[in-house]
Amino acid sequence: MTEISVVSLKIDGVQVSVPEGTTILKAAKDNGILIPTLCDLEGLTPYGGCRLCLVEVTGSPKLFTACTTQVNPGMEVTTNSVRLKNYRKMAVQLLMSERVHMCAVCVANDHCELQALANQLGVDHVSFERHFTRETIDSSHDFLVIDRNRCILCTRCIRVCDKIEGVHTLDLKQRSKDTEVIMDLDESWGDSCSCTGCRKCAKVCPVGAIYIEGESATQTKHRDVAEFITERRKRK
Amino acid sequence: MSITPTSNNSGSKVRVATVWLSGCSGCHMSFLDQDERIVDLAKKIQVVYGPLVDAKDFPENIAVTLIEGSVANVEQLELLKEIRGKTHVLISLGDCAVTGNVTALRNSWENSDQVVLERAYKSPENLQATVPNMVPKLLIKTKPLHEIVKIDFYIPGCPPSADLINYVLTELLAGKTPNMEGKAKYG
Repeated sequence: MTEISVVSLKIDGVQVSVPEGTTILKAAKDNGILIPTLCDLEGLTPYGGCRLCLVEVTGSPKLFTACTTQVNPGMEVTTNSVRLKNYRKMAVQLLMSERVHMCAVCVANDHCELQALANQLGVDHVSFERHFTRETIDSSHDFLVIDRNRCILCTRCIRVCDKIEGVHTLDLKQRSKDTEVIMDLDESWGDSCSCTGCRKCAKVCPVGAIYIEGESATQTKHRDVAEFITERRKRK
Repeated sequence: MSITPTSNNSGSKVRVATVWLSGCSGCHMSFLDQDERIVDLAKKIQVVYGPLVDAKDFPENIAVTLIEGSVANVEQLELLKEIRGKTHVLISLGDCAVTGNVTALRNSWENSDQVVLERAYKSPENLQATVPNMVPKLLIKTKPLHEIVKIDFYIPGCPPSADLINYVLTELLAGKTPNMEGKAKYG
């Protein structure tokens, strides 16, 4: 048996002990402290893109993304402060203003993590001017549809396609606000030769960007699919 | 921000107005969905303007105005500015007022005012149709209220639930500030 060294640290004033190499996010979650996230998903490689899991570490003026920062002995982490809450509210508002996020006409209404976070944080309006984008909607696949106007670029779909399904059909092109999720070498989804149609991208999408034609979000969304498959593989 | 009863023939009641801009009236339906709680509200407030009241001009000295719908044309733009000048506490009611919602989906097109009228009035089957010119001119982009005037409180939702409307109003009438955490739900 290999020996696992244990790291002790304080999260929100509570002394916790976790295995070395654990992220702050996982350490907090395992001890009943939930840090809001949008891009992180158990079973997938951490990405650090949504900036919602930012935490304070005593002794450092800068903020850390809990999903990509590993615990250190003696660390004192604050996961909830007025400053953090304001940043999180701002992050949600920036995401909502970047593309067309109109919940009433979205397939993921009531099954959307962005909508739920806005609710939880009390984001009752967006103080930035909204961008009304006209990104492409690709419905050329037999049943998978992507509406890029609803995409928050969390890359969960890309990571689940690469790491869990193992085909890496999906990736990003361009930069900044022009960034788009593409299939293969920027082909239409219906022409993609690598896509296996496994649906995991639609299952993990936190919003209504990728969905299955004729299916409600209630049926589609299974965001623990990556964790489930990862755990099953460990048993082999 | 607290609300106090104002004079102007309303006795000791708080003068309230409701306004219907570019929306579907669903928010007003939700307001009515407060059901028997309206009876309690009516003891404290008097609705002096809105679709539920027969009043032509927007009155002076209003304590609370709830506005449903976004600003899509020049007439609504002027009315909103007038309302802001005559209202103490201005509330954005519902997703159209707060985000633009369905009424703002046209914003994705350039010259969306023209695009949307042509789509509505002209069609391949009816080549003779023209865009009417007697209605107020559309703004190029539909705007949520707070992009034009200062808004004091927001009640999102499509429609906002009757419970949420009632919560915000009763908190304000009690002199408290509503806490929207876990309550402000879009869609």
